[in-house]
Amino acid sequence: MHAESQIREPLILGNKTYSQITDDIIRPVEGKANKYWYILFTISVLTFIWGLGCLSYTIGVGIGVWGSNNGVDWAWDITNFVWWIGIGHAGTLISAVLLLFRQKWRLGINRSAEAMTIFAVMCAAIFVLFHTGRVWLDYMLFPLPNQFGSLWPNFNSPLLWDVFAVSTYFTISCVFWYIGLIPDFGTIRDRAINPTVKKAYNLLAFGWGGSARHWSRFEEVSLVLAGLSTPLVFSVHSIVSFDFATSILPGWHTTIFPPYFVSGAVFSGFAMVLTLMLIVRKVYNLQAYITVKHVEYMNIVIIVTGSIVGVAYLTELFISWYGGVEFEQYAFMNRATGPYWWAYAAMMTCNVVSPQLFWFKKIRTSLVATFILSIVVNIGMWFERFVIIVPTLCRTFLPSTWNMYHPTFIDIGIFTGTIGMFFTFFLLFSRFFPVIAQAELKTILKISGESQKKESAAHAHEPAPTHAH
Amino acid sequence: MAATINKKIIHGIYDDEVPLLEACNKLKTAGIKIADVFTPFPIHGIDPIIGVPRTRLAICAFIYGLTGLGLATLMMWYMMVSDWPTDVGGKPNWAYYFNIPAFIPISFESTVFCAGHGMALTYLLRCMLVPGAKAKNPDPRTTNDKFMIYLELNDEQATKADGILRAAGASEVNYKGTITETLAY
Repeated sequence: MHAESQIREPLILGNKTYSQITDDIIRPVEGKANKYWYILFTISVLTFIWGLGCLSYTIGVGIGVWGSNNGVDWAWDITNFVWWIGIGHAGTLISAVLLLFRQKWRLGINRSAEAMTIFAVMCAAIFVLFHTGRVWLDYMLFPLPNQFGSLWPNFNSPLLWDVFAVSTYFTISCVFWYIGLIPDFGTIRDRAINPTVKKAYNLLAFGWGGSARHWSRFEEVSLVLAGLSTPLVFSVHSIVSFDFATSILPGWHTTIFPPYFVSGAVFSGFAMVLTLMLIVRKVYNLQAYITVKHVEYMNIVIIVTGSIVGVAYLTELFISWYGGVEFEQYAFMNRATGPYWWAYAAMMTCNVVSPQLFWFKKIRTSLVATFILSIVVNIGMWFERFVIIVPTLCRTFLPSTWNMYHPTFIDIGIFTGTIGMFFTFFLLFSRFFPVIAQAELKTILKISGESQKKESAAHAHEPAPTHAH
Repeated sequence: MAATINKKIIHGIYDDEVPLLEACNKLKTAGIKIADVFTPFPIHGIDPIIGVPRTRLAICAFIYGLTGLGLATLMMWYMMVSDWPTDVGGKPNWAYYFNIPAFIPISFESTVFCAGHGMALTYLLRCMLVPGAKAKNPDPRTTNDKFMIYLELNDEQATKADGILRAAGASEVNYKGTITETLAY
């Protein structure tokens, strides 16, 4: 075992022992929820029910109850879909890409980020499934033999690629998450006193025992799944961007869409992880495991991805001018100065200006500033999708079809409903599942724990051991 | 008639992974077979000491991935080329390679889908991790903060192992009855 340099800040604060780590992380699952949890849960469930009501109304009356119209036929539905699926990218990025890069700080946040991914993809799925208009016919998205003869979905269409990409992403994320949860369920099962609770976690733990053979396979499976998920996570949002990029609309038909969408997704996903983690660490007293250093690392990822997004915006503007195509130039003029200029301004401020504030160490290590900016980033990213979709569609090639888009009460209801659903599921998750991967976290206690750092600082004057690691 | 042998079940419990590794090394040197080790988290470098071979799950994943790639190719070829060549702008798909770029995304997704799920299922079944299975750890503390060496030894080896376990700093050495093993010829 090698010890990390004491110059790096510890990732586990306080002189924790293995059993303290178990206690700190499992206790919220074993104890009773406090009144804040109940208040938040009630609000979330009510919002969720409101959203369900709006969805039922859409099914009953038809998709005409949405604000989408004959010109702007993609509107809030696809804006919200892309927004949620983008948020859903951080989880797999943290657990897969950071695992491949051996970033130990992922262990404080990967479990909740993966949970967040799964719930965000579920929210995204609601929009794509319902925007087809007749949700009960959605099985036709899949290549099933049918009664109409040789009617297969078109495999040349990015919309079909999306069906495959999102469903693969969702199921693989669930598997990755659950395989990591099994050892922690084993711990809860072995500590449980109440027989019903023990039975429930015994069912979930799949009989986990922590045998060396199982751990060896566990690590191999995690590594290979990470290797598979890394290209997967990039492919999913690239394919989402193809939904736009392969069309012939000015403003959509650009080759920078895949990298621009992927970095935008990571940007908003990390912002959502920060929003949730800052609440979780406070409510469940996990400040020793989700430290200010973790927050700072995530903020650095936000600067990088936010800057890529900013460069992409400017590149789009430059190319539309440099390309010399009037339609393309008009599309961008219209975005910036047209009827939806305020959405463009909001996007530019929230996504290009605000993440640059994290260059100041004071700001990126301040929890309050991070919390506010993380929400600002997600507002900005919502506007980005709105700016790409609505202003483009409301001013297409034929001026007689130009019209405005206004969301209806139902559009807004469904969107707030998905936020309610997201928080309902996240609150249930944080109540019944360990929010930190405690078994894996224990592997870094002796490498990146505070007590180890102090010890190695005390021996710093001694000559370094001659053998290489 | 087959001969039988009685073996003692020994649990050597440690509070930390360092003495556990030391004990494993010493047991190996003494030629005592370690049946299993139960720990709260993966201990790096323990596999060669206790004789756990490198898992072949990654090879399985590769084979499942190839299967997924094959299935997706077959499906898209059948639907887009063989059964109904879609006529796009007067250019029907007469051969798969004509528009192979359009088939790459789904080929990739299907490869990942089959590799990931196939490997996960193989892992769960290979470890017999199924919903509601009986806990496999003999002592519930090993999922929290205790580290256990699990031995099944005859009397003579048991005495030797006991000494080694304690010398390496075991916090407990527990005897959990005996098992009868039939010797195979």
